[in-house]
Amino acid sequence: MEYVSPEGLRLDGRRPMEMRQIRGEIGVVDKADGSAVFEMGNTKVIAAVYGPREVPNRSQQMNDRALVRCEYTMANFSTGDRMRKPKGDRRSTEISLVIRQTMEACIMTHLMPRTQIDIFVQVLQADGGKSRCLIAAIGTRSACINAATLALSDAGIPMRDLVTSCSAGYLNSTPLLDLNYVEDSAGGADVTLGIMPKLDKVTLLQMDAKLPLDIFENVMQLAIEGCKAVATYIRQVLLENTKQLEYRRGT
Amino acid sequence: MKDLQLSLNQTQKVRLQRALEKLESLASRANSNASVTVADSIPVNYEDGLLKGHGTSEVNGEVVATVCGVVERVNKLVYVRSLRARYKPEVGDIIVGRVIEVAPKRWRVEINYSHDAVLMLSSMNLPDGIQRRRTALDELNMRSIFEENDVICAEVRGFQHDGLHLQARSQKYGKLGRGQLLTVPSYLVKRRKQHFHHLENYGIDLILGCNGFIWVGEHVEVTDDMLVDHKSQQHDTKADKNSISPEDQEKNYTTQQTRENICRTANAIRALSTLGFSITVEVIMETVDLSSSINVAIHEMLGAEFCVLVAEKEAVRRSMTKKK
Repeated sequence: MEYVSPEGLRLDGRRPMEMRQIRGEIGVVDKADGSAVFEMGNTKVIAAVYGPREVPNRSQQMNDRALVRCEYTMANFSTGDRMRKPKGDRRSTEISLVIRQTMEACIMTHLMPRTQIDIFVQVLQADGGKSRCLIAAIGTRSACINAATLALSDAGIPMRDLVTSCSAGYLNSTPLLDLNYVEDSAGGADVTLGIMPKLDKVTLLQMDAKLPLDIFENVMQLAIEGCKAVATYIRQVLLENTKQLEYRRGT
Repeated sequence: MKDLQLSLNQTQKVRLQRALEKLESLASRANSNASVTVADSIPVNYEDGLLKGHGTSEVNGEVVATVCGVVERVNKLVYVRSLRARYKPEVGDIIVGRVIEVAPKRWRVEINYSHDAVLMLSSMNLPDGIQRRRTALDELNMRSIFEENDVICAEVRGFQHDGLHLQARSQKYGKLGRGQLLTVPSYLVKRRKQHFHHLENYGIDLILGCNGFIWVGEHVEVTDDMLVDHKSQQHDTKADKNSISPEDQEKNYTTQQTRENICRTANAIRALSTLGFSITVEVIMETVDLSSSINVAIHEMLGAEFCVLVAEKEAVRRSMTKKK
């Protein structure tokens, strides 16, 4: 199948180096300490952060740092066919783990000893196909991480840096930025990257296929650029939000 | 910013927008843009020495913010005051909290801090008002003072090895009843000299807890005998809950007027907190007066129209104070 037309356009009309439309919104859950909705194209994710708060299970309490927990779920209505999956299936558990590790790397947990931070991420709308297959779930990872970053900064939790995430792939011997569902399920290489833009460090790197090293470097570079673009946008959203809160409060 | 979950029509949207823009212009004249987000670098002058405070860290010789907020400078100290975060207690703060557990010699209190606060039996005045050692009997009777889920008012005593300690060594502290507890973000409540307010013309008490918990309730006279009276009455109700005598009912009865006043004040606070305006007793009273002067029903105070009115009023008020 042809994923990049001779004119250099992709199936959804984007250029190879173009991202889907992104949108972020802060403060969507009233009771949570921090919350956000993040959209990347047709993928829509909601994240809520509670904490730092007392650890309910004393045996999990850590005396030198905070406990970070993460729960990822896909809403039943997020994909075409409404399939009931048991709550703790392996895919959700894996993505929960990925998000937790990525976010834990940027939270300054040592400043909040003996507390717990809960991150709840739910996919409201997954891009693409009729079935809630693996691809549909995997494709939401970047959006989940971006939503979690926004929610954590809204909750006022100290972080070393923002974590932003974006994917890139390689199809028809062209590196493509921010794969959508159809491109994701094409079976080509798919790199999901999470970086801390200010510190210039990688916190997440996953690839589902093989790529020659020189091509991989190109694809990775493209993903880094994508992450930085997301970071610029998230920063803008946060700054706007902070300014609004401050001027509304007044003196 | 949290988009107000209100259904505004077109004119209301425009009016709200205009009021908020006015507020923005007033604020931006006051302080130059000191807002930062996570990982923004803070410009500092290294020559005069530097102390890094809360919400900052150093990366490659640069001072970097770790939370979203406003940069504050006090002499050499540079710190970031975060806005939407949990409450950070300071010694002497007056707070409102909810008892979540009765433990040996202490109560655990939820105060919107990252840990539960501790109120020791020994750091509060007993109902009989006599200074003495707390006996084992007192410890057994702790539930007669505060039970789980009671709303109480106390003062922050300080940090001890086992967490944050509270004290309630005065008659003005203690259990709160017959009123409403409101939760607002803690950055909206400023620390002031006075946190207890008695609004005489409404017959209600208003306690602005520094932790963002606000109590609106019927006015209670703070005298010793009254408290003892209140106490004995409590015992009675506990003894025979099924058969409350008519006199007791008389005592427990809050007039409808007072109840309406409580609801009106509470809704005024709710409106202010959805708009994100700082909450002080003056602003609350102005909002209540505004609502009663234009005959807004209590339930309509949470609607879109009243919110817009409050925003416009606030814009006018702030521009007035600026001129002075």
